[in-house]
Amino acid sequence: MGNSWFSRWHFEKRETTSNLVLVMVPVLSVVIGLIFTGLFIALTGKDPLEVYLLMFDGAFGSAYGISETIVKSIPLLICALGLSIAFRMQLWNIGAEGQLYMGAFGATWAALTFPDWPAYQLLPVMMVAGFLAGGLWGLLPAIPRAYFKVNETITTLLMNYIAILWVDYLVVGPWKDPKSFNFPISPQFTEGAILPTLGTSRIHMGLVFGVVVALLLYIVLNYTRWGFEIRVSGESPAAARYAGMNYVKNILLVMFISGGLAGLAGMTEVSAITQRLQHGISPGYGYSAIIIAWLARLHPAAIVLVSVIFGGMLVGGYSIQTSGFSSTTVSMLQGAILFFVVGGEIFVNYRLVRGEKGGK
Amino acid sequence: MVEMINITKRFPGILANDRVSFSVKAGEIHALLGENGAGKSTLMSILTGLYRPDEGEIRIQGTPVDLQSPRDAVAHGIGMVHQHFKLVKPFTVAENIILGLKGIKEVYNLKSIDESVAQLSREYGLHIQPDSPIWQLSVGEQQRAEIVKILFRGAEILILDEPTAVLTPQEAKDLYKTLRKMADLGKAIIVISHKLSEVLAHTDAITVLRGGRSVGTVRTKETSEMELTRMMVGRPVMLETVKNPVNRSSKVLELHNLSALGNRGQFALKEINLDIYGGEIVGIAGVAGNGQRELAEVVAGLRAIERGQKKVDGNDLTLASPKQMIQAGVSYVPEDRLGTGLVPNLNAMENYLLKGVQRMPSGFINWKQVAQETAEVIKKYDIKVPNPKNPVKMLSGGNLQKLLLGREISGKPRLIVTMYPMRGLDVGAMETIRSLLLQERDRGAAVLLISEELEELFALSDRLAVLHGGEVMGVVDPHKTTFEDVGLMMAGKRMAAHG
Ligand SMILES: Nc1ncnc2c1ncn2[C@@H]1O[C@H](COP(=O)(O)OP(=O)(O)OP(=O)(O)O)[C@@H](O)[C@H]1O
Ligand SMILES: [Mg+2]
Repeated sequence: MGNSWFSRWHFEKRETTSNLVLVMVPVLSVVIGLIFTGLFIALTGKDPLEVYLLMFDGAFGSAYGISETIVKSIPLLICALGLSIAFRMQLWNIGAEGQLYMGAFGATWAALTFPDWPAYQLLPVMMVAGFLAGGLWGLLPAIPRAYFKVNETITTLLMNYIAILWVDYLVVGPWKDPKSFNFPISPQFTEGAILPTLGTSRIHMGLVFGVVVALLLYIVLNYTRWGFEIRVSGESPAAARYAGMNYVKNILLVMFISGGLAGLAGMTEVSAITQRLQHGISPGYGYSAIIIAWLARLHPAAIVLVSVIFGGMLVGGYSIQTSGFSSTTVSMLQGAILFFVVGGEIFVNYRLVRGEKGGK
Repeated sequence: MVEMINITKRFPGILANDRVSFSVKAGEIHALLGENGAGKSTLMSILTGLYRPDEGEIRIQGTPVDLQSPRDAVAHGIGMVHQHFKLVKPFTVAENIILGLKGIKEVYNLKSIDESVAQLSREYGLHIQPDSPIWQLSVGEQQRAEIVKILFRGAEILILDEPTAVLTPQEAKDLYKTLRKMADLGKAIIVISHKLSEVLAHTDAITVLRGGRSVGTVRTKETSEMELTRMMVGRPVMLETVKNPVNRSSKVLELHNLSALGNRGQFALKEINLDIYGGEIVGIAGVAGNGQRELAEVVAGLRAIERGQKKVDGNDLTLASPKQMIQAGVSYVPEDRLGTGLVPNLNAMENYLLKGVQRMPSGFINWKQVAQETAEVIKKYDIKVPNPKNPVKMLSGGNLQKLLLGREISGKPRLIVTMYPMRGLDVGAMETIRSLLLQERDRGAAVLLISEELEELFALSDRLAVLHGGEVMGVVDPHKTTFEDVGLMMAGKRMAAHG
């Protein structure tokens, strides 16, 4: 056995995990992610600190920055809340991106079908259509999962591509705006299809949806029978069955709601932001939401907080572009954070101790 | 050979081991006794490097050692058979044995391993097929696989945590024979057990723990059941079951020509006819694996009925779901406590709610009320829960069992199905559970008691049905039958019913 410094360290299972550890692990993961990405920024000859400061300033340094940050955090928040329900049941839904696109599709269908309706009629219909479309997209992979134990990670992922291509097809084909000079976009929504905003800012009603959903989720998960069933089912399917809980039904329901919320996020995006269906309505909100849900340990209040931070990262990323940096820095940062969060999980259950390993 | 000196171990809210000193000599079988939660498993986990003591010293052959991980312990020749086996089910015995061994490259030759395993089995009388996959083995065989595994790793000190709790009496006898052989070859053996009679019959020395402290060590030859009980509990315990005359009311459970499939697709229950009345305890005797588990699951609604009929209180529930069975007042204590009966990562309160949640009318949970009810159950059955917010996987084996039973009895059930309810319980707890089951019977509940302990079955049952090969060999009155007759039926002999 080598006698180097490294070989003296090894993992030991923790007897208990304190709350401090539960908080520190994600926080440290983010910090290490920042340092790691900073190294790469430094390699390109830029000062990482300056880049981060610029990003921070862009995201939180002005009223405009803050409002943009909140705008970006809305779809992240709603998607992450949806994912957190599925993750609680240990259903690895990584299809929020596709479910968001399907929600956008559903909402657009309503907007284009009933263009003359007033907002108080059309918006609810768009919300329901978006939720249903996203929910059904989540339900589809849940069926083989529930009945034949087909791994949902892969099916939900693959269905993202289908959904995105489906929307692309619509905007270059049947739903293309005849007046668009061949741009792949649908016709502009009528007034009744657009979510109201806060004053003159771009912050829209979706924020209210997100906060309400977070509150509801908190109550449902902690104080209702169904929320309890979800937790038990996630922890131990055998115990859930034993306790008379319908495991199969809960898988279907959870995936439907999880997808439905992503669909709702898609609705808010087309209704308030793009105000039409078009190619690339989401810069990967559905994927970032996975990281957010993880970092927040599936806790609704924490998800709100982390979503705002991630929204800020996106806005900060755009703002450094104007100073000549690549906005892909943000993707890299997110990737690095995810990497360290997942890697950091081991510290939740184990701790590193120093000492001679083995007696031989 | 091993000395543990002044070992102290604290967990949040409890002193699990308080300056315990304990030593075992080579060639001796040493029993560790104590009530549920006394700290036995904790002490042994320290010796196997799973936990680190807060204070104290461990010496092996006179030299102090620092055991930081199970690997360290293995390197010092310490091996443990845990109560929940740590075998990989799809792998064969031989594959399990080499799993995680260092320097596998040199020895990764399954043939030679098969041979050394066969050699070890012969040497110690541990019958086992190296090339059979674990999932095909009975519990007793799995345990032998675990023992061979630690012997293969060169263990000189063997620790077994409640090894006989899951064995048939015959298997238990064979196990002690093997252990004696090992001791004669100079190994040191430590056995945790709650069964005084077997401890008195097969060990050399006994150490008793109470409330985390060592009460003392006695030579087995010089002690008695009375003295041991007094050391463990601090007062004499009566295990004389006082039983009121049976007072049968209406039929609660009716099984009519019932057949069901087992996990491998064969018929595990064949044409079962059995009625249980309110106010009586019906015992099910039989060697494990003869349909007991399937019978319990069928009654609880967890296993589909292939043919035949099931009724509760006259209502046909042949096709009922587990939820409907719960609502019909059927409670069930499954064999698999942690994972089925209880959720390891949830706390005591949440586990208490597991069944009750189906009865919450509004769909909302009143945590205050749940907390209060849980506290009552904990107090009533004297369950040691150091911190109610901790996941229940941190409770001691016996306390888990009491929590589960307490919950299942708390809903005033019509029918209680219980598998091996006394497994892992100390004498005091056993007394409590026995009187609890009898109280439930006197209240008017029907009780289906599945057990392997004839003594327990004879003491508690009003009628006794014997299962063999998935069939009922007969239903007898335990007061008019002998152990021998029941033994014969367990082996497959049919008897005319006179119960
Ligand atoms: N990892 C842990 N974290 C917190 N408390 C623990 C942990 N492990 C054990 N305990 C507590 O320490 C006490 C001693 O537990 P231990 O498992 O050693 O008892 P035991 O003597 O083996 O009992 P039993 O006969 O019921 O198995 C119990 O009160 C238990 O709840
Ligand atoms: Mg124990």
